[in-house]
Order: sequence, then C-alpha cells, then structure tokens
Amino acid sequence: MVLPNYEAVIGLEVHVELKTQSKIFCSCSTAFGAEPNTQVCPVCAGMPGALPVLNRQVVEFAIKTGLALNCEIAGMSKYDRKNYFYPDLPKAYQVSQYDQPICRTGYLEIEAEEGKKRIGINRVHIEEDAGKLIHQGAITTSSYSLVDLNRSGVPLLEIVSEPDLRTPREACLYLEKLRSVLLFLGVSDCKMEEGSLRCDANISIRPRGETRLGTKAEIKNMNSFRSLERALEYELTRQMEVLEDGEEVVQETRTWDEGQQATFSMRSKEEADDYRYFPDPDLVPVVVDQEWVQRVRESLPELPDAARQRLMEQYELPAYDAGVLTMTRDTLDFFDECIRHYDDAKVVSNWIMGEMSRLLNQHNLEISASQVSPSALVRMLRLIDEGTISGKMAKTVFEEMFTTGKEPDVIVKEKGMTQISDESALEPLVVQVLEANPEVVEDYRGGKTKALGFLVGQVMKATRGQANPKLVNQILKRHLDKS
Amino acid sequence: MVLTKQKIEHVAMLARLKLDDEETELFSEQLNSILAYVEKLDDLNTEGIEPLVHVLPINNVFRDDVARPGMPREELLANATMVEEGQFKVPRIV
Ligand SMILES: [Zn+2]
Repeated sequence: MVLPNYEAVIGLEVHVELKTQSKIFCSCSTAFGAEPNTQVCPVCAGMPGALPVLNRQVVEFAIKTGLALNCEIAGMSKYDRKNYFYPDLPKAYQVSQYDQPICRTGYLEIEAEEGKKRIGINRVHIEEDAGKLIHQGAITTSSYSLVDLNRSGVPLLEIVSEPDLRTPREACLYLEKLRSVLLFLGVSDCKMEEGSLRCDANISIRPRGETRLGTKAEIKNMNSFRSLERALEYELTRQMEVLEDGEEVVQETRTWDEGQQATFSMRSKEEADDYRYFPDPDLVPVVVDQEWVQRVRESLPELPDAARQRLMEQYELPAYDAGVLTMTRDTLDFFDECIRHYDDAKVVSNWIMGEMSRLLNQHNLEISASQVSPSALVRMLRLIDEGTISGKMAKTVFEEMFTTGKEPDVIVKEKGMTQISDESALEPLVVQVLEANPEVVEDYRGGKTKALGFLVGQVMKATRGQANPKLVNQILKRHLDKS
Repeated sequence: MVLTKQKIEHVAMLARLKLDDEETELFSEQLNSILAYVEKLDDLNTEGIEPLVHVLPINNVFRDDVARPGMPREELLANATMVEEGQFKVPRIV
C-alpha cells in the first residue's frame, strides 16, 4: 500500500501473559482453559484485607525480556494502582507500574524491506491481567455479562514501542520478531487466539517531510497478525481521506471489526480517562542489583538473531530459510534435532518449510504438537536417499506420518509403496514401452530430446508410479543411444 | 489549591457517587479544608530529599512460583447477587 504524500507513524503496545505456574500476587494456578472461577482466591478476587505478595519469577521474566530487548534494567522499580471501575476488575484497580517501570529504553531489530531497522522500545512494565467477561452476543446489545476471575491476577508484561514503525508491514514484522524473542526466552506462549499475546496500535499520519506528529488514533481488538496489518491499512486510508477532505483526525480509541474489515470509533467518553495512579502501599519496591542482572544475562538462551546467523553460517542456509526456521523456538529445536542425525540442512529445511508447515497450517497445529518426530523425518529422508521411495512418494508417506504418527518404514510396507530400483525388473518394461512407441523413439533420435520425458512417463505409468525415475531415465537412455 | 464545583463533580463521577447540590457544597467545603491542612507540607524544605516510595524501609518481598488450589467456587460466589454457570452475573455494561 502506498500513500505518496503521507507517511505513517505507528507504535505498538503489546501485552503478553507470562508463563508462570502461579499468578502474580497469589498462588492460584495460571493454567488456561479451566472451569470458570476455579482458580481464584481472596487475593485475586479482590476480597477486603487480602494482601498481595509478588511472584519472584515474574520479576525474573521481566528482567530476561528487558535484556533481550536491549533495555536498561531499573535498579529500583515500584508498583502503582491504576484506578477504574469495570466488572472484570474486582479490586477496582489494576496493579501496574506507572512512573518507575522495570525496563526502559531498548530496541528490537527487524528485517524491514530496506534492510535492518532498529525499533525503539520505550518501556517494559509488569502488571496484572483482569478477569474475563462473557457477553450474551455483542457487548452493546447483551442484557447481562458473566464474570470469570481465573485470569484475574495472571502476570502480564506490557511492551511499549517507540513510534518508529512506518508501514503496517513493519508493524507486523516487529510483532513477529517480538513474538519469536519471547518464545525463545520461554517467558510466554504468545498465543494470539488464546489472548496470551495482545496488541494495540497508535497510528497517525503526516505529510512526507513533516517532523511533527499528527493526531493519533488508538486501535484495539486486532486478534491476529493479519488483522493487525489489515486494521492499520484501513486506518491509514481513513485518516488520509479525513485530511484530504480538509478535516482533522480526532484523537480517539477505535476498535477493529473483523467481520466488516473496518475500524469504528468507540464513542469517546464525555470525560477523559483519569486513572489516579498512586503507589500501591501493599507492595514494596523491587530492587534489582547488578549481580541479579548479570545472573539473568548469563542464563539468556540463544535468541532468534543469533540462531538465524548460525543457520546461515554453519549450514549455509538462505536468509529466508533461516528466518522461517527461527520464528519459534520449537521450529528451531526440531530443525536442530534433525540436523544432528542428517547432513543436508537444505533438504531438512525444505521439508519443514514445505510439507510440515503446510500440514501444520491445514490442521491449525504448532510444530510441538506434530506427530512427526525429528527422528521419523530423518528416517524418511534416508528412505529417499537409499532409493526405497521417490521424492513424490515421500510426500504421501509424510502426510500419513503426520496424520497417524506411524514410522515411515511401516507406512511404506503397509502401502506397498516401495520404489522399484531393481534394474532387472525395469528393463523388460522399458523394452515394452520402446516397442510400443516407435514414432516417439524416432523423434528422440531425430533430436527431439524432450521425447524422453514422455517415455519415462510411460514406464512410470506402467509401474503405477513406483519405478525409480532416475533409474528409468538411465535405462531408457542406454537403449535409445545405442541404436 | 481550591476545588471547584466541577472538580468535585468529576471526582464524584469517578467514584460513581451521585451527589445533590447540597452534598456537593458540603463536600467542597470539607475537601478544601482537608487540602488546606495538607498544604502545610509545602512549607517544608524538601531540597535534596528523595521522594518516598514506601513508608517501610524494606524491599524485595517475594514468593516462589508455586501453584496451589484457590478457594471453593461456592465460597467465592457465596456473596454474589446473581450467579449463572459458575460465574458472577452482572448487569449490562455499556
Ligand atoms: Zn488467587
């Protein structure tokens, strides 16, 4: 999408649920998908007199994330109350970090169209999630709502970027990169569909060359990478049309409607938000010394950029392959495990990016849930190398492995799929085909080398695709060229 | 600092309180006198003093990340005015 006269200015606010065992201020479980209100206690239900105690792991994860995003880790940070009334917020305040967040001023590098680009990170802070509301239909028409507090008090990190993103595409690249970093760190599941990764965007446009910022709109309710890109594209066009009509963009919150593929104003309240933040007297400050930071720094795992570099240098994989294989920790682990037992990295990469990805997408699965183990894939690749099955048969075998979890050898045997690589078995078939197609043989000998393909096809047909095509080729050529 | 009538109404709105004119007047007087009292702090010289974050001189109070069962759902919902399917039922929100 091109706006010749305007430039977009986009910043993202990303919320991720941390993958702790227990909630941020109490010992209730954070497991997803439990029966409503079965993981709740007086603390996360906001009962009077209940006192919060901070989960150490939350701080540890926040420091980890901050370091991976090149942030400064605050020597001291504190917790504040953000006050507002909403039925999913039982205490009528959310514990968050206002003016002293745990991490500040970092950056994340993305592969933008024009090359590497650093996107500034303004801050990363810790806060608690609210409960979940279930409406009867849409919120605006529902006569009542139901409140489930299982999610209340689940730890969150809010990661706020600088307004350094210039296109909806860049916003997506940033979010994808951020997701891989968090997955590699193991601090969050980052599942947009389960709500463990949520993204809001601030977006404004300005005439090219202008350095002042235009009036921004905040866009909410984008539940996938696709909807993030669509919503931002829609919003850019909308704001441009507003300006072209000589009107002004209104500062407001807009919600993305997936069904209508448009953003709509969330009827701005008569009075501006006023959260009256103040330090939470129930929580004491957190002091992180250099020793703690150093300890976390030393425990950092390999991150996507380093892994990408490694795949390109060590295995000479193209940048594209390296990028895809390092999107998630699980994909990289799968690749690494395969490569431990199989030499040809490009072949492994092709299968992961090709058939594996296709089937995962089709069944809406993550690679960790795949029934194909790295060792099974390697075994299948060996069957190809040994000439037992052709590359084409392998696709069928792989699909069967994927859906049944069976070993490739078993499938090959069950389906009688073995490739015919026995010369003495193929020889008579070749002779038959040659005798049945004298004109084609003449064509070939007359210089039409393409005629060979037809003859190979005939032999393959005669063996219902089981002949080793390379071998058929060789035998045919031998017969044709001896004349 | 003097609290105007509008400010009182704003604070009342934030606290979801409905005040009549008489109450607005009364609270305006009371809140203004409280603020005036607190303003005495302005007389202190706070030059070079770090802002206080917490009244207790302690930090880093943590618990280990271990999950334990919460409270029985019946107990949690016992005081709810309306319950449906194991959840708090609340009136229309917007
Ligand atoms: Zn709890």
